[in-house]
Amino acid sequence: MSNSKGRFGVHGGQYIPETLMNAVIELEEAYNHYKKDPEFNRELTELLNEYAGRPSRLYYAEKMTKDLGGAKIYLKREDLNHTGAHKINNVLGQALLAKKMGKTRLIAETGAGQHGVATATAAALMGMECVVFMGEEDTKRQALNVYKMRLLGAEVIPVTTGTATLKDAVSEAMREWTSRIDDTHYCLGSVMGPHPFPTIVRDFQAVISKEIKEQMLEKEGRLPDAVIACVGGGSNAIGTFYNFIEDKDVQLIGCEAAGRGIDTFETAATINTGRLGIFHGMKSYFCQDKYGQIAPVYSISAGLDYPGIGPEHAYLHDIHRAEYVAITDDEAVNAFEYLSRTEGIIPAIESSHALAHAMKIAPTMDKDKIIVVTISGRGDKDCAAIARYRGEDINE
Amino acid sequence: MSKIKNAFENGKAFIAFITCGDPDLETTKEAVIAAVKGGADLIELGIPFSDPTAEGPVIQGANLRALNGGVTTDKIFDFVVDLRKSVSVPMVFMTYANVVYSYGSEDFIKRCNEIGMDGLILPDLPFEEKEEFEDICTKYDVDLVSLIAPTSAGRIAMIAKEAKGFIYLVSSLGVTGTRTNITTDLDSIVNVIRENTDVPCAIGFGISTPEQAAKMSSISDGAIVGSAIIKLLEKYGKEAPNHIREYVSSMKTAMVR
Repeated sequence: MSNSKGRFGVHGGQYIPETLMNAVIELEEAYNHYKKDPEFNRELTELLNEYAGRPSRLYYAEKMTKDLGGAKIYLKREDLNHTGAHKINNVLGQALLAKKMGKTRLIAETGAGQHGVATATAAALMGMECVVFMGEEDTKRQALNVYKMRLLGAEVIPVTTGTATLKDAVSEAMREWTSRIDDTHYCLGSVMGPHPFPTIVRDFQAVISKEIKEQMLEKEGRLPDAVIACVGGGSNAIGTFYNFIEDKDVQLIGCEAAGRGIDTFETAATINTGRLGIFHGMKSYFCQDKYGQIAPVYSISAGLDYPGIGPEHAYLHDIHRAEYVAITDDEAVNAFEYLSRTEGIIPAIESSHALAHAMKIAPTMDKDKIIVVTISGRGDKDCAAIARYRGEDINE
Repeated sequence: MSKIKNAFENGKAFIAFITCGDPDLETTKEAVIAAVKGGADLIELGIPFSDPTAEGPVIQGANLRALNGGVTTDKIFDFVVDLRKSVSVPMVFMTYANVVYSYGSEDFIKRCNEIGMDGLILPDLPFEEKEEFEDICTKYDVDLVSLIAPTSAGRIAMIAKEAKGFIYLVSSLGVTGTRTNITTDLDSIVNVIRENTDVPCAIGFGISTPEQAAKMSSISDGAIVGSAIIKLLEKYGKEAPNHIREYVSSMKTAMVR
């Protein structure tokens, strides 16, 4: 009989050192208890509404729709949340859970810095200690977010091992957790890692699709034809998909970072170029070589620059419920500039990957079709890097 | 019957960990032979992994040097065939689940058997996931080694009852690496292990001095040393084997018979 928990088809599981097993078991038990606790849910809803600013807007992008001349485009404005991204949804849930479990210290990994900033924010709010691991390469790409985390009282530890990006930050956060478990909760930022993280993070992010559904029914009296989100580990995407999984007429589209192209080595498109493996606590698809060495992936977007994908996405791919497409740096940068000019909204470079795909498919769809694109975060953090990409050397 | 048992038949076992290909396979061969001459009873051969999440900086460095040197799983298999001509003590591979899974679990484990490897240690494979490889290991007579940690309260009996080869008792929280003090109450963990199995139990993580080796061998059936040996390789490179022989000898001598 299988002892393995947290499976999505063949994916998921708990491939972690024995040292962490009781910690994840304790977390699972606490989560199963509190998710049904009315007081916990009341507190979390209040935090999400009063502190983070939910529900986020579902905005009809009229100019973009007219310009592209096809399907009607709505934007789910997670960029308007407090701290500027969807990450706060998960962090407030996990921080509240950790507090209830008696933990006094949060550790986290971060890529672009959005999850680190959100974790530092929740730690400040709840009076908890906070340590964030961030690839050294990313601390350079996202210097402003490093400052923000420190401003919020967190310690930021630059990770120099491996490729010094998101995957190495995850590895280092895991190492830290094995050395200090009693008072510390590892606030994982995406729907990845060992069970129960993929489930917990998905549940906390599912508020995105719950709101889209309600807002869409109110505005259009029907469900959308497609929902689109960018995918690194996949938390904003699973949040965008989750309440539509049973609605088979709603197309679910995840946009991976192709970097310089899926036919190059400088890519982070896991579904498009990876294969089944076991890493960071889960079985899923990973970019890796013939011998299972994890590939040094690349994307212009620090938040999508990860060699794996959450196990539930891997499963949705296997059963053909969701489609995963690859978007290059160039396409994402074009979309970043396009939305800024067309709608006056500067999207995160991560979210720009989803927009780029919407820009490709909207013109091919009839005008009575509806697409929802999740703008997972705001793009202020990316302006300097995009300027440099375009050859303008500006200081932040 | 597992050959690993032989390692525990001449008093307490000294188990040496060496990363294959750090800095090259020729040096690894000399290092293993030196460790055995120094008194090592069992050799753990590390197959390097790009992202060794259970390792501290020293063994991470060894993994990196080995991979940069171009070592691969296939080269290591060929290397073991050659090594087995000179080394007869039991040997186990220590690597990460993805290295085995990605090679094709059955192909990998079958090959282990063919080249004379006696066991497999995967630090990212807890009890709940061992079925991933367990049946194949049984089929090819390769012992899948179980780990028990200071945080394993309530799980020790369950793990010990199904243990094969030997039990790797992790001395402290955190990752591999040398430590000045080991404060875990290892006695009581070993007691629970012994109530549940006859499989020997060796302690690893943080052991570097003869005093620690003496203490750990008085509590358990053996001591596992990795980072301290890797540091010698890091410091002396191709000249390391002689130092390893002396070092292992000093550790083995200090251990309880």
